[in-house]
Amino acid sequence: MSEAEIYRLHVNGERRDVTDSWVGESLLDVLRDRLGLVGAKGACEQGECGSCSVIVDDELVCSCLVMAASAVGQRIVTVEGIAAPGTPSDVQQAFVDAGAVQCGFCTPGLIMAVHDLLDRTPAPTDTEIREELAGNVCRCTGYGRIIDAVQRVAVARTERAS
Amino acid sequence: MTIVEETATTGTARHGALGTSPTRPDGVAKVQGSFEFSSDISADGCLWGATLRSPHPYARIVSIDPSAAWQIDGVQAVITAEDVPGQMTYGLISQDQPVFAGDVVRYVGEPVAAVAADDPETCRRAIEALAVEYEVLDPLTDAEAAIAGDHPPIHPDGNVIRHQRIVCGDPDATGEVVVEGTYEIGMQDQAFLGLEAALAIPDPGGKGVELHIATQWLHEDRAQIAACLGLPEDAVRLVLGGVGGAFGAREDISLQVHTCLLALRLARPVRMAYSRAESFLGHVHRHPATIWMRHHATGTGEIVKIESRMVFDGGAYASTSSAVLVNAITLAQGPYRCPNAVVDGWAVRTNHLPCGAMRGFGAVQACFAYETQMDRLAAACDVDPVDLRILNAMRTGDTLITGQPVLNVAPVAECIRETAALPLPDEPVGGAPMPDGGPDVMKLPGGAGRTADASNIVRGIGWGASIKNLMYSEAFDDYSTARCRIEDGVVTLKFATAEVGQGFVTLAPQIARTVLGIDDVRLDRIDTLIGSSGSTSASRQTWMSGGAVNAACLAVRAKIFEHVASSNGLDAETLLIDGTDIVEPATGWRQDAVEACAGQTFDETAEYHHPPTTELDEHGQGSPHTAFAFVAHRAVVDVDPDLGLVKVVQIATAQDVGRALNPLSVIGQIEGGIAQGLGLAVMEEIIQIDGVIRNGNFTDYLLPTFLDMPPVVATLIEEPDPLAPLGAKGVGEPPTISSTPAIVAAIRDALRQVDGVGKPLHRVPVRPGDICL
Repeated sequence: MSEAEIYRLHVNGERRDVTDSWVGESLLDVLRDRLGLVGAKGACEQGECGSCSVIVDDELVCSCLVMAASAVGQRIVTVEGIAAPGTPSDVQQAFVDAGAVQCGFCTPGLIMAVHDLLDRTPAPTDTEIREELAGNVCRCTGYGRIIDAVQRVAVARTERAS
Repeated sequence: MTIVEETATTGTARHGALGTSPTRPDGVAKVQGSFEFSSDISADGCLWGATLRSPHPYARIVSIDPSAAWQIDGVQAVITAEDVPGQMTYGLISQDQPVFAGDVVRYVGEPVAAVAADDPETCRRAIEALAVEYEVLDPLTDAEAAIAGDHPPIHPDGNVIRHQRIVCGDPDATGEVVVEGTYEIGMQDQAFLGLEAALAIPDPGGKGVELHIATQWLHEDRAQIAACLGLPEDAVRLVLGGVGGAFGAREDISLQVHTCLLALRLARPVRMAYSRAESFLGHVHRHPATIWMRHHATGTGEIVKIESRMVFDGGAYASTSSAVLVNAITLAQGPYRCPNAVVDGWAVRTNHLPCGAMRGFGAVQACFAYETQMDRLAAACDVDPVDLRILNAMRTGDTLITGQPVLNVAPVAECIRETAALPLPDEPVGGAPMPDGGPDVMKLPGGAGRTADASNIVRGIGWGASIKNLMYSEAFDDYSTARCRIEDGVVTLKFATAEVGQGFVTLAPQIARTVLGIDDVRLDRIDTLIGSSGSTSASRQTWMSGGAVNAACLAVRAKIFEHVASSNGLDAETLLIDGTDIVEPATGWRQDAVEACAGQTFDETAEYHHPPTTELDEHGQGSPHTAFAFVAHRAVVDVDPDLGLVKVVQIATAQDVGRALNPLSVIGQIEGGIAQGLGLAVMEEIIQIDGVIRNGNFTDYLLPTFLDMPPVVATLIEEPDPLAPLGAKGVGEPPTISSTPAIVAAIRDALRQVDGVGKPLHRVPVRPGDICL
């Protein structure tokens, strides 16, 4: 192995020490293999599919393309940090209700991307949804039910706000 | 989008029963990231494994020197063909594929050796350090050369995997109108997102092994693994690891045997996980095919005869090539009547990547040919393409060119008519005008590239319809097993049915709730501690495992009725389930089903078998298939004829589903299947040059994204099939099959409007150069 590094990441509101990592290790691998947070998934290793999406300092990133050591001092949110176990967020519940989940492998990444989208754009158009989520590949659903889930949340949040 | 109302099928069905759309039992875990996929499973003291693969399409292995690998700290094992204790080869139909290449490698990516080490990085370095000397041989990369015998056999089983002819009716019949063409279908990848991964845990003493694996068929895997390990089948226990999609690519063995071999050798748990690049090499793909087809018809367009020659490139090993070929040739007429036929089918071996199952399984390749032919025939007869299809549409009682009668519900004309009745897109090219009055560039071909000029875009419409066989064929008894147990008013179901995302874990409890009137239904672990459920493929699990769960629940219900009858002085024969009650309609007697089972345990296991099918004789005659489903598609596309860019605007479809047991799941299968059909039409192809894959990654192998996939408008044709145990047909494959030719036909239609001639577009995927050059 390369030299063992010890650094500290700020993940889902907790400080997590990373030991036994090598300096070039990706954030995805550190989250999954060092910190036991396996919600983010690896499916292409080159930033094409979005399965590994997490939020770093309010920015949606592919964690397979981020060096973990470069995220020191930044706030990292993974799918495990979106809501407490058993109490899904509105986006998560909408995915379940709308039939937006089949095999579910792309789902954690999409959950992160949809939260990010709706935080920035509360009432997205169909084109905005498609463009914003085009970095997340789903092979099962053909995307129709995912778009429905996003629209359900947008409508519910708008109604709640008024 | 047409979403079927929840109670459309059964009127007053209670939520959670058949005909409604309850949410997935694994849904919350999947959205919260806590669902355990096979790549997420670990064990204490676990080592990692990795595979060394051939860089050559065809070469002799002169020597393998592992000494440098052993010098690396943390390397625990290096294994090759010499370390396989049992059968040296595996395979679904014929066992022709080596666990590790022994003397010869036959494709780029063939496993040569495997290592185990303390971590993945050490594995990677060990693989690099393995020194293999090859004597490179002249590869066979031309399927026609395999047929012609122009190349020495690349495998002891020869270069032809299967040759099958079909001769039906009068082979010399002719028609007033004759159209013909040669069609090519590229190699498509299933591209499931959840990469191959497994964990093997050896039993103490090495007498057995437990494998956690993402697969489509636990029991078939077990049989092949046990044979290669030299262990009895009951010493190999398989547990379904969470499956991140399958689409046919998990029907064959990939890393199963390697992982078990390493774990047994080291007496420690071992994990293996493929990268995306390795996954492209590590599983079978959709067969590339070349199909010549000629249709004879009357002057009004009634089909008189089809002639076809189909060549399927199976790659280096047989996998399911012979069954894929049989699907293609036996369904060559499409969903249309055809009294006479001469079809010649070849599945051959080459030094390309091995090919096998992918959603649609042979029917896809045949459909691109026959649907393109139907459009040519319509043009030649000056008949509308929709009218031509309806004129020839198959009905119940018509026969395949194998002589097999189609006994299922066959609403082909209804599918076509209902598709035609669906609304066309209401937005013009480029969508509704933006505030600046211009088009929405994201809705133009080329999208964010902003290359297209809206005034130059042409809109086209195309049609496709198809037939798909359901379940396995040619005398194979692909039965399914299920167990139903009731204890303290709680139902537990057990089966080995692989849940790959399709939603059988949602459907099975719906069946139990409907049959038993009890809402609390739980699922046992999916593993090999019960009989086989067959494969999650061939659109078969709703029918087969649904049939098995239904049968097990009915057996339990009979026991409950006997118990209730004897306790209450009733006749068990007169009892029914009404919602959550057991009732005797004549007297109005009624009791809650859970209360009726209080203190009782009932436990029944059932197998469901479909009626036997037959093999084909030398003339391709027989009844090889179990059942059939039908679908029609209409595609609307916008095309930039100068740049060769395509934007699919809408897909409309009406699908023969028998009965929609979970309408939301059916819609999910329709939309997802169409996306894969779109991919084959305009995006997806594995490129091999001289036997070497050139685009085995997601940057170069293009998958449909949110921006590529248009809205789908769908109608479900619900005519319950009396031959199906629940009235429902499988729905997974049909959406993929005729969506592809419909999209290509729409591109042709657009191009015809440009110059009155258009382009033949006889090859999928359609590339920009095929359109604009």
